[in-house]
Amino acid sequence: MEKAIEVKNLRKSFKSAAVLKGVDFDVKRGEIFALLGSNGAGKTTIIKILATLLKPDGGTAIVNGFDVAAHSEHVRQSISLTGQFAAVDEILTGRENLIMIAKLRHLKNPRQVADDLLKRFGLVDAADRRASTYSGGMRRRLDIAMSLIGKPQLIFLDEPTTGLDPEARIEVWNVVKELANSGTTVFLTTQYLEEAEQLADQIAILHEGRIIVSGTLEELKKLFPPAKVEYVEKQPSLEELFLALIGKKEAK
Amino acid sequence: MVTTKKHFFSDIRVMLGRSMRHITRSMDTIITVCITPIAMMLLFIYVLGGAIQAGTDNYVNYLLPGILLMAIASGIAYTAFRLFMDMQSGIFERFHSMPIARSAVLWGHVLTSLVSNAISVIVIILVALIMGFRSSAGIVSWLAVAGILALVTLALTWIAVIPGLTAKSIDGASAFSYPLIFLPFISSAFVPTDSMPTVVRAFAENQPVTSIVDAIRTLLSNQPVGSEIWIALAWCLGILIVAYLLAMLVYKRKAL
Ligand SMILES: Nc1ncnc2c1ncn2[C@@H]1O[C@H](COP(=O)(O)OP(=O)(O)O)[C@@H](O)[C@H]1O
Ligand SMILES: [Mg+2]
Repeated sequence: MEKAIEVKNLRKSFKSAAVLKGVDFDVKRGEIFALLGSNGAGKTTIIKILATLLKPDGGTAIVNGFDVAAHSEHVRQSISLTGQFAAVDEILTGRENLIMIAKLRHLKNPRQVADDLLKRFGLVDAADRRASTYSGGMRRRLDIAMSLIGKPQLIFLDEPTTGLDPEARIEVWNVVKELANSGTTVFLTTQYLEEAEQLADQIAILHEGRIIVSGTLEELKKLFPPAKVEYVEKQPSLEELFLALIGKKEAK
Repeated sequence: MVTTKKHFFSDIRVMLGRSMRHITRSMDTIITVCITPIAMMLLFIYVLGGAIQAGTDNYVNYLLPGILLMAIASGIAYTAFRLFMDMQSGIFERFHSMPIARSAVLWGHVLTSLVSNAISVIVIILVALIMGFRSSAGIVSWLAVAGILALVTLALTWIAVIPGLTAKSIDGASAFSYPLIFLPFISSAFVPTDSMPTVVRAFAENQPVTSIVDAIRTLLSNQPVGSEIWIALAWCLGILIVAYLLAMLVYKRKAL
């Protein structure tokens, strides 16, 4: 079985408003797939359907070989969801959050799992503070760390960097790249072309309820008129400037 | 299927541990739950008590069961509140996308409600002891009282689950408990029903608080229990079953 996700003619309406009007795409195992779309395009709706949180009105969605509507239990065994808004328990500490998820995944040694992830995500110092005291970037890292517990084959990341500062965004990017290197399939949504460019093997653009284009970055670029060559002095982007100032320019 | 069933109880234990931490880290909620009933008790005993003809020489004894019900009714509002916050924060969606029995998420909250209400009930009984509450009841009667209170808590908690899951705002999530808190006033909780006008009396004598309060009072004063305990149990079980089924229906709708 080659495909991690197969979506055919997926449809979903809320009341009378049709959000998904026949969405088709495939995600191969082990790739990073970016679903690009503006705010309100229906990205979260697709993720919720694939993560068995929402029933589709029509069409089929197969995740890791199982139909999301008919075999939701099997789907849940092999996926992990990092929702659009960080789903951490604010009253618990970072460590307690991780241990809780490890226990719910019925792992042998929850404390050890938590320790390893705290180290890997640079949260050791904050491990025993309540998550409510974390910055946006730390919270997002904890959120993603919680999703990695139990080594799911497929991870959904819904706008993982929206609202993060540039530094935190790059940290998240590095985590995503690392994940893909370890063989996990990553399905992420984003509003930023640049993010898709940075991370994705495959990009699909969702617009007005349908996938209007999809392919690799190269393939997408071919759809546009060839770039004109112009001689201009290259100004550093705001992001490069910011990172240079805080001494993190190696991060790219 | 198999795996979620196999781990049902261990999942509930994890969920219970989680929301118990929420409680121990905000002890103020328990204090808030206790303060109003204790203030009521002070008011009734030291201000109004002299004027009330309850036909008893120890008014604290008479009052306590109703006060405990008030405390439970306000305590369950926090279950609705905690559920609402979970729905808001997205942590429910995380749990629901994991291979764990979905009802385990709700049961964690329900069991937490049982524990936290038990704490408030004990605190209030201790305060009542200071104020002169005395009971000649034996261990069996006390166990029966504990059983009735647990059943009341369970029934009311499952009612609380419904607004917790469906409310659109925090206030909406807890507003449902106000009528429950005031139900004891139109019952035998503070004054005997004989003194009430006919219509009010008819309501008071046939609503659940009266039979529950009377049953607890009888048990605590070590009198032989009559039919009121069966009526009380029937009310509790009836409300529990209806509220549970409704809550589960709402939950299935919400959570696919
Ligand atoms: N539960 C819901 N009820 C009604 N409308 C909804 C609901 N969820 C999403 N929508 C609507 O569906 C559209 C797509 O939403 P969403 O999938 O969240 O978009 P995105 O994640 O791409 O920003 C939006 O117009 C949104 O208002
Ligand atoms: Mg979204």
